[in-house]
Amino acid sequence: MKQLMGVINLDHELDNLNELTYFRCGAAVPFASRYRLIDFVLSNMMRAELESVGLFVRRKYRSLMDHLGDGKSWDMNRKHGGLFILPPDWNDPTDTSLGDLQHFHNNLDFFKRASAKYIVHSGSQHINTIDFQELYSYHLQKGADVTLVYKKIDQLEPEHDPCLRLEVDGEGNVTNIHHEKNHPNIYLDMFIMEKELFLEQVEYCIAHGESFFFRDAIQKRRDKLKIAAFEYTGYHAVINSLSSYYKNSMELLNQEEYTDLFRDNLVQTKIKYEAPTHYLESANVSNSLVANGCIIAGTVENSVIFRGVQIRKGARVVNSVVMQKCIIEENAVIENVILDKDVQLSRERILVGDSKRPFVIAKSSKM
Amino acid sequence: MKKKEMVAMLLAGGQGKRLKGLTKSIAKPAVYFGGTYRIIDFPLSNCTNSGIDTVGVLTQYEPLVLSSYIGIGSDWDLNRKNGGVFVLPPHEREDGSSWYRGTADAIYRNLKFVDQFDPEHVLILSGDHIYKMNYNAMLEYHKEKKADCTISVIDVPIEDASRFGILNTEENLKIYEFEEKPAKPKSTLASMGVYIFKWEVLRRALLEDGEDALSSHDFGKDIIPALLSKGKSMYAYPFEGYWRDVGTVNSLWEANMDLLSDNPPLNLNDPSWRIYTRNPNQPAQYVAPGAKVSGSIINEGCIVRGEVKHSVLFYAVEVGEGSVITDSVIMPKVKIGKNVRIHKAIINENTVIEDYLEIGTDRENEDEILLIDNRSKKRKSVPAKTI
Repeated sequence: MKQLMGVINLDHELDNLNELTYFRCGAAVPFASRYRLIDFVLSNMMRAELESVGLFVRRKYRSLMDHLGDGKSWDMNRKHGGLFILPPDWNDPTDTSLGDLQHFHNNLDFFKRASAKYIVHSGSQHINTIDFQELYSYHLQKGADVTLVYKKIDQLEPEHDPCLRLEVDGEGNVTNIHHEKNHPNIYLDMFIMEKELFLEQVEYCIAHGESFFFRDAIQKRRDKLKIAAFEYTGYHAVINSLSSYYKNSMELLNQEEYTDLFRDNLVQTKIKYEAPTHYLESANVSNSLVANGCIIAGTVENSVIFRGVQIRKGARVVNSVVMQKCIIEENAVIENVILDKDVQLSRERILVGDSKRPFVIAKSSKM
Repeated sequence: MKKKEMVAMLLAGGQGKRLKGLTKSIAKPAVYFGGTYRIIDFPLSNCTNSGIDTVGVLTQYEPLVLSSYIGIGSDWDLNRKNGGVFVLPPHEREDGSSWYRGTADAIYRNLKFVDQFDPEHVLILSGDHIYKMNYNAMLEYHKEKKADCTISVIDVPIEDASRFGILNTEENLKIYEFEEKPAKPKSTLASMGVYIFKWEVLRRALLEDGEDALSSHDFGKDIIPALLSKGKSMYAYPFEGYWRDVGTVNSLWEANMDLLSDNPPLNLNDPSWRIYTRNPNQPAQYVAPGAKVSGSIINEGCIVRGEVKHSVLFYAVEVGEGSVITDSVIMPKVKIGKNVRIHKAIINENTVIEDYLEIGTDRENEDEILLIDNRSKKRKSVPAKTI
């Protein structure tokens, strides 16, 4: 029997990737040439064969739903269980719940109908390749009420600032949860706990006028729970700002990072039927990731190119991220630029951003 | 089953001996083409794009890969409640069992399959050609001519004509003679192996042919000549566009090379006529610093550290530093070491090419395309001197 069910909670994630999240939520932001951020957590859940996955969305989820469809790409189009997209839609005048607790409260049926005994909770901003089955065994072995996942970061960056930190004792128990910026143990927004306990906590918090599950049920009630810590050591990136988006995209050009993230090619995404990429005689490409369906006649250096991009003769793309179906006309130049989907850059046009603050061009612009 | 105007029957049972090692364990229609496709993707995608939603795929030789590849047909949008794609292997019947004895016999033994859709017309396709074609336009032509049978033809150079089934027609394209591989061809209209029949007419012809012990049960050799001799109304449908028979190692290689020019005659990037295929779901391809790629098509999951010139790389191919690949087709998951030279070769899937090997660089007859797999490479390649 499948013991685990998944909760992907986008409720508290801020859509702060500027132009990239004007019209879509953070989880739907395209990443790594052909994926969207949500693909990574969904693929992790697919690998762990979760019974069902509930995706709690609140804002700007049109493109996310388009991407997810019936969940087939993640093998989640099941007769029993599978993927459930759960938007906030409730008109109970007696309902007093708030925040993500309101979500959970309004979807009690989703939890109760599943036969799984444990809930795996995750957000979408921490990109990783965690094995949830391993987390599950660890959780059982520790006999904890809840197990939180963290990664010890050698070099803290600005994107880690908003993340919570876990203090862990020698036995792998969480002794404190806080926001101290210099602490290296980053909480990955992921935990596992028994479903019954989870629902009890939800009821309790609502009864006490509280609004955020993690803060109110776990962080604040730390002393009443046995909280274990699971250290994750694989590939990890936090995408919670434009600069972290750009930096982590560029770092995928590093072979080690690329193989770390894709080592078993297990990241799934919505299937597109693109031809393989065509490099014309005049193409000149180096140190770049290129998805299918592109036609490249120009120069591409240190860049991440999404599906169906056309780069015409004499054009130069350097240190840039070029999303789906952009067209870069002859002799145009971009450097340190992020082009969102469907941008058309006319001939001879030159756009140069700063390597720390890339220039971002919003979706479907014609320049 | 609901009545259909036209049902397609795709002949996919052939071994394709002339493709040698490429068809050792898979049927010809399952052979890879164009960086990501298999040959059968072309007729299947043509069906979907032409609005034909009911396709029977007749298998015989090594059907495992082919039938698991087709699956429920969802990749070609052929997973339908009413219709869809059906894999039809030879089967035992009350009157005994045997393999399909020929192309016509394969359809004859699946009469019941076709009958359940009660179609007006049947489209016969083969699984060994690369082309994009609107079968619906052909059906319109067939109906306009009130034909019993319409055969799609392509104009071939007269010197090649004797390799094909050649149709001799009157001015209005009414067929009066069909010659299979004639020594002295009288026309240059070659059959593409794409036929539309009135089902009623074909059905009767198949029943007669099925009883004929002397028949070879073949469309080209038996059914079409028989219908012609009965004076049935048969027309040629001229097709203009790219069409290629990829039945030999050389023609398969050539058709792959045709994709590499800056304006290829077969456009795979046409959003109005997509070629669907099963997606291997690989990460984006990585082109390393110092790599050179030109005049090539490369699929996802590849890691290129060397030089790739005028070649086709299927998914998850790795090319090591210092290696140079020219005029070649590299099938999926091939690992090419460092400082390797490959010229005018097809490397079969999963082959590992060791460092410093040279393949096809030093040969007299460049017309022959080398076919390399894990068994053959030791024999056919010579380790170069250490550089």
